[in-house]
Amino acid sequence: MKRVTINPITRLEGHGKIDIFLDEEGNVANTYFQVPELRGFEQFCVGRPAEDMPVITSRICGVCPEAHHMASSKALDRLFGVEPTAAAKKIRELFYMAFFVTDHTTHFYALGGPDFIVGPDAAPGERNLLGVVKKAGLDVGKQVIACRARNHHVIEILGGRGIHPVAGVPGGWSRHVSAAERAEIETIATQNVEFALFTLKLFDQIVLSNPAYLDLIMSDVYHHQTYSMGTVDEQNRLNFYDGKIRIVDPKGREFVKYETADYAQHIAERVEPWTYLKFPYLKKIGWKGFVDGVESGVYTATPLSRLNAADRLATPLAQEHFERFYQTLGAKTVEGRHEPVHYRLATHWARLIELLYAAERMQELARDPEITSPDIRQIPQNIAGEGVGSVEAPRGTLIHHYVSDEKAVLTKVNLVVGTTNNHAAISMSIRKAAEKFIRGFEVVEEGFLNRVEMAFRLYDPCLSCATHTLPGEMPLIVNIRNHQGESLQSLRRDR
Amino acid sequence: MSSKPKLSVYWASSCGGCEIALVNLHENFLRLAEHFELVFCPCLMDTKIAEVEAMPDGSITLTLFNGAIRTEENDEMARLLRRKSKLLVAYGACSYQGGIPALSNFSSREEHLRTIYGENASLDNLAKLSPQHQTEVSEGTLELPAFYEYVKTLAQCVKVDYFMPGCPPEPHQIWHVIEAIISGQPLPPPGSVIGAGRSSVCDECARERAIKVLPRFYRTFEVAPNPDKCLLEQGIVCMGIATRDGCGAPCPTANMPCTGCYGPPEGVRDQGAKIVSALGSILDLGEYKGMTPEDLNQKVEELLNSIPDPAGTYYRYGAAGSILGGRAQ
Repeated sequence: MKRVTINPITRLEGHGKIDIFLDEEGNVANTYFQVPELRGFEQFCVGRPAEDMPVITSRICGVCPEAHHMASSKALDRLFGVEPTAAAKKIRELFYMAFFVTDHTTHFYALGGPDFIVGPDAAPGERNLLGVVKKAGLDVGKQVIACRARNHHVIEILGGRGIHPVAGVPGGWSRHVSAAERAEIETIATQNVEFALFTLKLFDQIVLSNPAYLDLIMSDVYHHQTYSMGTVDEQNRLNFYDGKIRIVDPKGREFVKYETADYAQHIAERVEPWTYLKFPYLKKIGWKGFVDGVESGVYTATPLSRLNAADRLATPLAQEHFERFYQTLGAKTVEGRHEPVHYRLATHWARLIELLYAAERMQELARDPEITSPDIRQIPQNIAGEGVGSVEAPRGTLIHHYVSDEKAVLTKVNLVVGTTNNHAAISMSIRKAAEKFIRGFEVVEEGFLNRVEMAFRLYDPCLSCATHTLPGEMPLIVNIRNHQGESLQSLRRDR
Repeated sequence: MSSKPKLSVYWASSCGGCEIALVNLHENFLRLAEHFELVFCPCLMDTKIAEVEAMPDGSITLTLFNGAIRTEENDEMARLLRRKSKLLVAYGACSYQGGIPALSNFSSREEHLRTIYGENASLDNLAKLSPQHQTEVSEGTLELPAFYEYVKTLAQCVKVDYFMPGCPPEPHQIWHVIEAIISGQPLPPPGSVIGAGRSSVCDECARERAIKVLPRFYRTFEVAPNPDKCLLEQGIVCMGIATRDGCGAPCPTANMPCTGCYGPPEGVRDQGAKIVSALGSILDLGEYKGMTPEDLNQKVEELLNSIPDPAGTYYRYGAAGSILGGRAQ
């Protein structure tokens, strides 16, 4: 049997590795997406004081420390049996929206977007932020830098530090927002709304107006019918900070909606001996392998799945774009709500609609008079001893689950992170792309690499979060081997 | 080939926050790119390791190496970049002292695997599988690198020229270091800590100190501290007094204690020993006048014992580099 290995050139850090096995005819027999590293937070956090977890777990990932900090703070609310004050919840959400704006911006312009803006077949050296600037203009590059800078400034004001924030405490937030800070944040939020609209317009001009790109988005290669997960408020509107976790089936019918604390009744994680990363699936349906459909327990937790799981968005401009999204991609209405979109490349578009929602929501919160209230924390009166907290991280639903002794020293820690939810789905997308692009011993072109990369880049996979390796893009090396494992051809690229 | 000095930035076992800190130089990042030729940085560009291997030894002017050493490959990269670089800087807390990943040194490899694959709340693992170095599947053999027993600092693997502390280093300090190198001013003696002060975080902290003595310690969830007064004097275990300055004291400014990410101040070998002596000296033992030294010691010990997880608190970022790191192994 012939074998293709896709491995990061910087395997040393162990980002991720793909093994593709070919049958006697040279077609794909099977693929394995392996995650070859582990740092072990679930073990070494045991014995630590529970209240230190927002600061310790932010170090899972330097790209999205805010998500871990927030899920952790919410788990502590439960572990200490304390309800945060109304102002604290708003400050937390405001902080979180600034983070979403900067994170989604980075992914679109630097990581995933170049495939579209510059083009999937452009030279690898062009498919990056600089290539985007070249195609869309220098002003775009300046706007991206300015957007990151102003939102990191907000993160620093509210969270105490630009990277690895400190302000989350059980029952609230450690610092209040002054009137001057509020005014500055409101101005920044307004700039963010403009920037998000500008970005959607850019996507419209470059991607949606190009029939070739639309065909690519709607092609069968990047299509999978799975369950969709996302957090919704009491009106089934998307919410990043709080709510219930809702799962809809591939046809768009609500499968289940549950409190975060009940996650273990609904999600189970499968262990495979060939990867450090676990495979979560829907417990009530069961693990049926790496397959699509209503009978399979595979689900996704991504910007696309969040839109699929929600009935609508809570802010006006984002809602307009939400409706246009489902109309353009031909989703019908089922039981009074839209049918899910299963074109995985549409995740990029969904991410931009979320960017607009985060910016609008940030603006609403910055204008809320209660945001400057000094009533920012509730001191816990007891130790409940167990707490589950979740948020929507940019890459999917993030769950922190802690159990402590009577002194609030941790005895058990379980983390189900954004990218991990999508582990099975990512594996399936890789297999489908490989099946499409590797046929009968043809020589594999460089373009193949990017088409396979596109299949997982759309998930914005963060293996730093998932396993505590490294974030961002995945460098690749493809070795094509015959059945004795001898290398026949080697292609490599790291970006 | 450009005649600019060459810069490389590499990540070993880390979270990526050190790279984000570099990108958070914002417009200064473009100035950095003007002065240096960035020759290797997997986060931002396409250079391959084979190309680094092909570079003449000593041809990279400056390497900022972040992340702890967790695997043999981390170790190999450290040795490769040492050979290729004139200046090798341990950049960030993990590379300097082990950082948060080194908390893992308090547990064994087996304990990690048992917890993660054997005992979690959401686990489906009746077959008691855990990841293996080699796995036979119907199509062939799949391999994973081994999960190592201990985390090491960069200086425990190779000779390091300078140490830049912080989790992550604050962007204004990164810029100070880059500016100093660009300007060509004489460099500090090898082995120095750069991009930081020499004193303690207390020097940068605006809170008032009153040399007060304490009857007990409080954990951060128990009290909302007065925002103007010294946190330690309010009974919160703030690591500021045992931590190098340079960060600008952002954590106490946000009404949270310093957790020690910049490592010990100049001249202090061990951050934990320093904080323990500071904590001991601030306790109110007045009412125990006339006690025997033994009783007094016992009283101090009782009060210190009210702090849960002392090792993980005093060596939050330094478990691999500290004297304790040695003992834990």
